[in-house]
Amino acid sequence: MPAASSIVVENLRIRRGGVVVLDEVSLSVASGRVTGLLGPSGSGKTTLMRAIVGVQIVESGTITVLGEPAGTPPLRWKVGYMTQNPAVYGDLTVRENLRYFARILDTGPENVEEVLETVDMTSFGDRVVNKLSGGQRARVSLATALVGNPELLVLDEPTVGLDPVLRRDLWNAFNALAVQGKTLLVSSHVMDEADRCHDLLLLREGKLVATGTPASVREQSGQQDLDEAFLALINEEVA
Amino acid sequence: MSFRATFATAVRVLKQLRRDPRTLALLLLVPVGLLFLLEQLIADRRLVFQQIGGPLLGMFPLIAMFLVTSITMLRERVSGTLERLMALPLAKLDILAGYALAFALVAALQAVVVSTVAFGFLGLHTQGPSWAVVLLAVSNAILGMALGLFVSAFARTEFQAIQFMPAFILPQILLCGLVTPRAQMAGWMRALSDVLPFTYAYDALSRATKLGVFDGRFALDLSVTIGATVLALALGASTLRRRTG
Repeated sequence: MPAASSIVVENLRIRRGGVVVLDEVSLSVASGRVTGLLGPSGSGKTTLMRAIVGVQIVESGTITVLGEPAGTPPLRWKVGYMTQNPAVYGDLTVRENLRYFARILDTGPENVEEVLETVDMTSFGDRVVNKLSGGQRARVSLATALVGNPELLVLDEPTVGLDPVLRRDLWNAFNALAVQGKTLLVSSHVMDEADRCHDLLLLREGKLVATGTPASVREQSGQQDLDEAFLALINEEVA
Repeated sequence: MSFRATFATAVRVLKQLRRDPRTLALLLLVPVGLLFLLEQLIADRRLVFQQIGGPLLGMFPLIAMFLVTSITMLRERVSGTLERLMALPLAKLDILAGYALAFALVAALQAVVVSTVAFGFLGLHTQGPSWAVVLLAVSNAILGMALGLFVSAFARTEFQAIQFMPAFILPQILLCGLVTPRAQMAGWMRALSDVLPFTYAYDALSRATKLGVFDGRFALDLSVTIGATVLALALGASTLRRRTG
């Protein structure tokens, strides 16, 4: 693993509604790589991502993002966040949505067009978001995270509900962003996406079960199939 | 706070309103219709119309902006866009000021339309200048917006937000002096009336329209209205949390 880490989490503990959602989680996310955050739904993926972007109340532990405590004002310029449910204005067009984000981030309309290209939504730019399909809306939400060219992208299930061709295209786009030097933390509950990541973080019931490259996760579990590998690691934990 | 982000937010809110022409039409035409209805209803009592027409005209934007803002802000909270904005380099004040700017513009338009009809076609006369009525209507609208913003934090659904209108606004209309002069109210009602912002908004309007005097009492009314607006905005800002549980 490269020395530089974009995210360092230490002994993170988060309680939501009295229930411990993340329990003493420590991890790091390497810069310039695509890290997959995997785990069944309810395992704490969204809460961890919310904590990293600084919108989650944290009980204890520290999170350092790009060298600064998570949620500090300068980070809001450098971290792009895609929420699990599309957080876009349904009564605005795709471009109007993106231009609003672009103005806040003090970047120009050419950046909006670039981002539209990345998510393959250029031809839908002038459509009102409410009239789009679920998958298209998810791509608009992803586009809002890309506006302003952030160094770190925190993407909460960006490919859920998308068709296989589009998923492949987006994963290619994620890898291309990593080649440009961006760091990506991408959550998914689909194991077959794990192989598209450089590093993996496996989360289960608020605890980190395994970390490492897809190859090393296979090795740790003794399973070739990542789905099987994950199940094996979970069972090990339980036993 | 940044002017760019404030302005961008105001533009965004106005664009959203523009996508909804029916709401815009309702905002502009309903007060006109109501004022016409009132004028016809008491056509044989012109003096009463002259007395309450002006203050009423200045109150419409307040009610409209209260409703529009509480629903819009509730949508921001429920749809997740507010959480999204909180992860961006945008001050809470930028969001609030952006909303205030956008809705003040709509309120000014509403006040101008209803004043034009009232003064031009319904024969409404006021002692003070008509622009004073328009200005007071706009300042009331911002008060309505600030109150709407604040109460939206206590609503989980749009049904609840709608119900805050009769709960927050109607008692103030009943007690502000429009229905019964304050001097005739029982002691406890008058005391309640003393602490409600509408009382001062109404009194300012009534002084500007009925008496045409801008005296010390008018200045006090205006200061209290503006103070209540600032307080409601500050309370509203405190309900916008960067971090939630």
